[in-house]
Amino acid sequence: MIQVEGLTRKYGSFTAVDDVSFVCQPGRVTGFLGPNGAGKTTTMRVMVGLTPPTAGRVTIGGHLYKDIPNPGRHVGVLLDASAQHAGRTGREILEIGARTMGLPATRVDEMIELVSLTPQEAKRRLRNYSLGMKQRLGIAHALLGDPSVLILDEPANGLDPAGIRWMRGLLKGYAERGGTVLLSSHLLHEVEQIADEMILIGNGRIVAQGDKKSLLAGADGGKASTLVTALDNTALADALTAKGFTVASAGEGLRVEVEPVEVGRTALEASVVLTDLRAAEGGLEDLFLELTAETQREHTA
Amino acid sequence: MSMNSMAAPGLGHSLDISGTTPTPFARLVRVEVRKAYDTRSGLWLLISTAALTAVVMVIQLAVGATQEDVSLTYNSFLTSTNFSIAILLPVIGILLLTSEWSQRTAMVSFSLEPRRPHVILAKLTVGVLLAVAAVVIALVLAALCNVIYGVVSSDPVVWNLEAARLGGFLLLQLIGMLTGFAFAALLLNSPAAIVFYMVYTFVLPGLFGIGAALMDWFDSVRPWIDFNFAQGPLVDATMTPEDWAHFAVSGFIWLVLPLAIGVWRVLRAEVK
Amino acid sequence: MTAATLDLGDARPIPFHRLVSVELRKSYDTRAGFWLLMVIGLLVVAAEAIVLIVTVVQDEPLSYGDTTAVAAFVTSVLLPVLGIMVVTSEWSQRTAMVTFALEPRRPHVIAAKAMVGLLLTLATIVVALVVGLVTVLLYAALQGESPVWHFGWTGFTAFLVTQTFAMLGGFALATLLLNTPAAIVVFFVYRWVLPGLLALGTALIGWFGSLAPWIDFQSAQGELYDFPLTGEQWAQLFVSGVIWLVVPLLIGIWRVLRAEVK
Ligand SMILES: Nc1ncnc2c1ncn2[C@@H]1O[C@H](COP(=O)(O)OP(=O)(O)O)[C@@H](O)[C@H]1O
Ligand SMILES: [Mg+2]
Repeated sequence: MIQVEGLTRKYGSFTAVDDVSFVCQPGRVTGFLGPNGAGKTTTMRVMVGLTPPTAGRVTIGGHLYKDIPNPGRHVGVLLDASAQHAGRTGREILEIGARTMGLPATRVDEMIELVSLTPQEAKRRLRNYSLGMKQRLGIAHALLGDPSVLILDEPANGLDPAGIRWMRGLLKGYAERGGTVLLSSHLLHEVEQIADEMILIGNGRIVAQGDKKSLLAGADGGKASTLVTALDNTALADALTAKGFTVASAGEGLRVEVEPVEVGRTALEASVVLTDLRAAEGGLEDLFLELTAETQREHTA
Repeated sequence: MSMNSMAAPGLGHSLDISGTTPTPFARLVRVEVRKAYDTRSGLWLLISTAALTAVVMVIQLAVGATQEDVSLTYNSFLTSTNFSIAILLPVIGILLLTSEWSQRTAMVSFSLEPRRPHVILAKLTVGVLLAVAAVVIALVLAALCNVIYGVVSSDPVVWNLEAARLGGFLLLQLIGMLTGFAFAALLLNSPAAIVFYMVYTFVLPGLFGIGAALMDWFDSVRPWIDFNFAQGPLVDATMTPEDWAHFAVSGFIWLVLPLAIGVWRVLRAEVK
Repeated sequence: MTAATLDLGDARPIPFHRLVSVELRKSYDTRAGFWLLMVIGLLVVAAEAIVLIVTVVQDEPLSYGDTTAVAAFVTSVLLPVLGIMVVTSEWSQRTAMVTFALEPRRPHVIAAKAMVGLLLTLATIVVALVVGLVTVLLYAALQGESPVWHFGWTGFTAFLVTQTFAMLGGFALATLLLNTPAAIVVFFVYRWVLPGLLALGTALIGWFGSLAPWIDFQSAQGELYDFPLTGEQWAQLFVSGVIWLVVPLLIGIWRVLRAEVK
């Protein structure tokens, strides 16, 4: 369990992290979400003792990070996959980590295989790695010590779609087995698909936290909307408008401000053939943009 | 997996660290040794140091063998390391520490071992080990050269290395390494530390010399503040108690002080 | 219109002076670069202050020639480091990737960097001359004498040339090695250790004495202070200069032009 209590970090007069408190539970994946420069990395750096806090503290499983003996065996950390010697081979980087933690060399091979780096790629120097390969290596490094807590800063950066899916499964599995996972991202979709719990941060302050449902419920009653496409969109739009629903055209189909079930029923009654019917996921994205509106660089509102 | 043994998730759930031993110091040292030679730049620095030591001695041997009026001893072969080990060991000491900053690996090192003094001490130990290794290599190479010299030259072979000289030689190399390390800790930047060290060894002694020649009072202060100067009697193995006092005071200024300030800096630094 | 080819009709290549002004800016817009320049300036001032105090206390004479010589000594130690950093920081910080993407004509970039080195050398010399001037005026005021302007144009020209060679020496080695620590170590050995070794060789080996002047660039430059030079001295300056400046620079440039920039 990670517990952040009243954490503040100032750089001169600028407050990068402002009185932040939250908890990451074991058995759950916690997503740490916020726009660029919100203070995610700074918070995570304080967690592992690389940045001293101005006020507040972070405990991991009840301990300060610096009090955990051989911390690599308990807490897996990935902060910046490029923060490695460019002249070392990928394998050597893992080897050094494994030796520091006192792990057998076989662990290195296991991890290389786990993150799908080929033995040949593992022999290349980090200088010649692509962004995604560095990221895979960083994840391998974090998992080396078989930790029960994972702290990953933007782990999906640079990963290909298959890699992202793989990582999602991996982290879910970790949490299901009782591990604590904290991962940050600036992309809502990324976090939404993995995280059981979300912490939204903007301008160094927590703006919302909770699971997806409670976050949506918190935002103006969770107004639902639906995306639908029919063979005869005009007929469907007429039928929906007649029932008093708000309809707008969206792409090849329509966007209706009501739950999908109502749209389906209307289509059945009007005998219109549907080719696509789904809930519009805009709710959470709107919420995210709205909550972090003052901290956005582009003013979307 | 370690997490399998953990209790059911819930609030107040804590990390069981009773079974974990802290990272032993010996392991940290082994890892740091490995880091000293596992990159191309690190490996080449070590190889160049050994190669330069050999080259300088071979040139010396060639000069000694061909020139009638030059006669060499074991000790003079050792002295030639002034132009090899003495110059490059401090650079090794500097890069041991600063490369961790320039390559940003300090982030990883300090997250795997948050007890930063242990990491620094491990690096310092590696520096000392490398200095000892360099001394051993120099002793062996000098012995080889001396034997060859005996064969190719008409001069008698002289094995003149008393314990005091050997001790002084070892101490000098250790000091060189440690001074480099101290400057590196102070500046945490490779170019700055190297330039500082080079100016300190090559430029500063000349300036102190000029000052001493011009001003009498400075001449008497000089031994107390000029560490290079204070090391002179060590080379000739003629240290008197007063020499040791000079050595201690100037060493405090140029070695202990930068090291202390530097370590204090590293312990507090935000690692980026 | 669908343009299958890029219309380059109005495109102008990047003018050289723009490259130079950008490179000049890059030399001081980081903390490392800024402090290197600052340290050079501060050291000159500190050295002059010490000299001023010592000469006043000891009641020694001090002329403008002396104060510029002090400044020249200080700057000659650090100007080569400047020449090195102008080149190697581009490699260690991996900005070469951006630089060569914006200006693929790599020789232009290298020339612009060399130009920056020269401009900074000039600036340093101006600073040294001004600080030296102030020192002499202060000395005169403190001693109640009129300032001694003993300052030879020969000395000044030699000062200018040796400083430029010092900077270019660092620049050439940096281009050759493309690695900051290596270039700095090699330069200091070349500048401070090699002359001693050459002198030793001359003392010990007869035939070496006649070879040394042709490879000792430092001594050859030193002769410039005793202008005019004999034909042989010019030849020695030229040959040793080719060895220590031209050859490393040519190999270095050839390396940079072919290098895969990572
Ligand atoms: N050492 C520092 N000095 C000044 N500002 C800093 C420093 N480190 C981080 N910041 C600033 O703190 C803010 C938060 O940064 P960060 O935590 O990296 O954001 P992100 O949420 O994108 O990870 C940013 O505005 C960043 O520029
Ligand atoms: Mg970040």
